[in-house]
Amino acid sequence: MRTLYSLCAAAALLLPVPSAAAAPHTYTVVIDKMKFGPVPAQLHPGDSILWVNRDFLRHSATAADHSFDVDLPAGAKVKMVVKAKGRINFVCRYHPGMRGVLNVQ
Amino acid sequence: MKLTFALPAALLVMAAPAMAAAGPTDPQIAHIAYTAGSIDIAAGKQALARSHNKAVRGFAEEMVRDHKAVNDKALALVKKLHVTPEDNATSQALTKGAAAERAKLAKLSGAAFDREYVNNEVAYHKTVNGALENTLIPSAKNGELKSLLETGLTLFREHLAHAEMIAKGLT
Repeated sequence: MRTLYSLCAAAALLLPVPSAAAAPHTYTVVIDKMKFGPVPAQLHPGDSILWVNRDFLRHSATAADHSFDVDLPAGAKVKMVVKAKGRINFVCRYHPGMRGVLNVQ
Repeated sequence: MKLTFALPAALLVMAAPAMAAAGPTDPQIAHIAYTAGSIDIAAGKQALARSHNKAVRGFAEEMVRDHKAVNDKALALVKKLHVTPEDNATSQALTKGAAAERAKLAKLSGAAFDREYVNNEVAYHKTVNGALENTLIPSAKNGELKSLLETGLTLFREHLAHAEMIAKGLT
């Protein structure tokens, strides 16, 4: 019986804590020298992205599917909440050669 | 358009080898970069005053905004580095060519103006980007100046792609 309790206790420790797993995260994406920096590999609805524009130029983070359009004047930091799952291509609408992809799972 | 632009383009090419012996100095590079930006800001303002084409006006606004941002950054940098930009043959060639182009554009209106402005922007960015890539960036000694020029080149390549896209729509 004691062994069974021990096994149950060990199993409980291995289970993810629901509240911790659901806690949203904030990730930072830096724009510097006309490029978007790395985006988070693990991104879920409810998480946030803090866009940080380190350039002296005005940029934007604009989704191809129109799900977001964040204006980023020089030096700006703007936080946005990721809403829906999906693979979202984004560009700077002022400099369309700057691009990236958010993979929301 | 091609004739008026051929002059500064040729002079730019001629000036570059002359400087290449010793290479343009940082004060000369700063002057060339600032002059090139000022020319495009002026051209953008001229387009905003004369063009009614939405795409052309959007492009002109982008040129004024971006080149002003680069020039403001360049001014702050030379001040910080205690560098005085030095006038030179390349800057003078650019200014001379720009004056001729400005006079030519002043005589045009409507679609003719739009075509001339955008086609010249394509040629101008090709010339300036070539000078940045082949002469100015390799010659820059100061790391911050070099970095600014590199960011500028990335930006101006965007401008060139945008101008070429608009030019296709105008033909």
